[in-house]
Amino acid sequence: MLKTKSKAYWLFLAPALIGLLLVVIVPMLLGLFYSFTDWNGLFFTKSVGFSNYVAAFRDSGFLNAFWFTVKYAIVVIISVNVIGLGLAMLVTQRMKGANALRTIFFMPNLIGGLILGFIWQFIFVRVFAAIGTALHISALTGWLSNPQTGFWGLVILTIWQMSGYIMLIYIAYLEGIPQEILEAAEIDGTTPWQRFRYITFPMVAPAFTVSLFLTLSNSFKIYDQNLSLTNGGPYLSTQMLSMNIVRTAFTNNKLAYGEAKAIIFFLVVAAISLLQVYFSRKREAHLS
Amino acid sequence: MSKRVKKWLLGILGLVLGLLWLFPFYLILTNSMKTPKGIFSSVIGLPVNGTFSNYTQAWAALDFIRSLFNSLTITIVSVVLICLASSMAAYAIQRNHSKVSNVILMLFVAAMLIPFQSVMIPLTTIFGKAQMLNIPGLIFMYLGFGASLSIFLYQGAIAGIPEALDEAATLEGAGHGRIFFTIILPMLNPMTVTVAILNIVWIWNDYLLPSLVLPQSGYTIPLQTFFFFGQFTKQWNLALAGLMLGILPVIIFYFFAQRWIIKGVTDGSVK
Repeated sequence: MLKTKSKAYWLFLAPALIGLLLVVIVPMLLGLFYSFTDWNGLFFTKSVGFSNYVAAFRDSGFLNAFWFTVKYAIVVIISVNVIGLGLAMLVTQRMKGANALRTIFFMPNLIGGLILGFIWQFIFVRVFAAIGTALHISALTGWLSNPQTGFWGLVILTIWQMSGYIMLIYIAYLEGIPQEILEAAEIDGTTPWQRFRYITFPMVAPAFTVSLFLTLSNSFKIYDQNLSLTNGGPYLSTQMLSMNIVRTAFTNNKLAYGEAKAIIFFLVVAAISLLQVYFSRKREAHLS
Repeated sequence: MSKRVKKWLLGILGLVLGLLWLFPFYLILTNSMKTPKGIFSSVIGLPVNGTFSNYTQAWAALDFIRSLFNSLTITIVSVVLICLASSMAAYAIQRNHSKVSNVILMLFVAAMLIPFQSVMIPLTTIFGKAQMLNIPGLIFMYLGFGASLSIFLYQGAIAGIPEALDEAATLEGAGHGRIFFTIILPMLNPMTVTVAILNIVWIWNDYLLPSLVLPQSGYTIPLQTFFFFGQFTKQWNLALAGLMLGILPVIIFYFFAQRWIIKGVTDGSVK
């Protein structure tokens, strides 16, 4: 038992607590304050009320980035979870090479987003084009040079990167399903679909909450892949929220304005996370 | 459908998907050993007259030894500090049953809601004024960002260690420092592995934060890759050799620590 008044208690807490305060809490509060001023990084002269926020909601670049991010997030959540669950069901079968497959599917997740984006830039620009030219499929040429292929390029990259990660989460729950139940159901003459629908699916339901929100918050915060794959182009059509904030603040040097956008971003991401907490609590209450 | 046919079909499906997942690696590996002409004439085939000269050029242009050294220093020092500071804080919070500790824990957990993008602008200006836009400053920032999740994970693990153990040691005359470092910390080893893996993967690959903080002399592998790539976009043979060099340390790490990585990543997200 460590007493609150003891020196030891505060010595143990100090390094982490000071780090958190100086790196997260203080900048967050200062940022909130600055977002209501004309702060330029060095000083501010006056309060500007909500005008930075109003400007953000009228900024077509910001709004486009917002909708692009939302669209991207929706497509990614669905595809990564369907594919992640599929991979998990495949590698939990009793078959040769299942472990090797696990290793392979997860591998892209360890490579940084920046390098991943460059790898796929090569694939889309050179390999797709080469295959398209050889087989006369015009849909494969000119990837990343228009908004649609830029969008799908980002989605494909994300599927390759994140499915293996989400697969691991589903595996953790799938392995918790007693094999006897599935075998008993099979002997009773159920179809594979029935077993999936009435046994597997309910048993991995908690994994859905975890995975859905993980993919959601990950796809909202994405920056590196966006930078290295499309760099927001062509003509900022594939710019995502994070990149818009970074460029507003550090390229255009509008720091207070960028911070106002960053606060809006915080509200969205925090709301998503709180929804997750709410849903997992509700499920836990439901089970117990 | 008989069981054997089903097994076969599953095996084929697994093989096809596995190859599909590996295909991007195959593409960059093979093309990194081709000449520009070789890439132009066949992008999918194996290199005809394979060459390693792309690698020697990329190695020099990436300043590979220095960026590898910077990446290793930043990752190792940050992760050691995060593990130490977080386990100590979690111990204080877990072994002190007061409102103060609850509030502090809540503060750490609530901070997880704050995305990096929301603090990066004031953070870099504050650290800029303090002349801390350098490697030590970056390491300190990683401590601040990494502490929350790590404390959360450690706190759960410490709760599983009976407090009677501490009490017995106190009776033997051991102080809190000794109890923590000789009894508690060794018992936390499995959790330390998880915490370390999660932080290593994040810090090693991080691009945005170091790109705002580090001077050129401190460039890590991702940063150096970005600038290197800007120079060689038209020369894919060199660019791909550079990318291969960039992912090589990760592949080697994965090869040796695979079991712990998979366990760590699973535990970190499911808990």
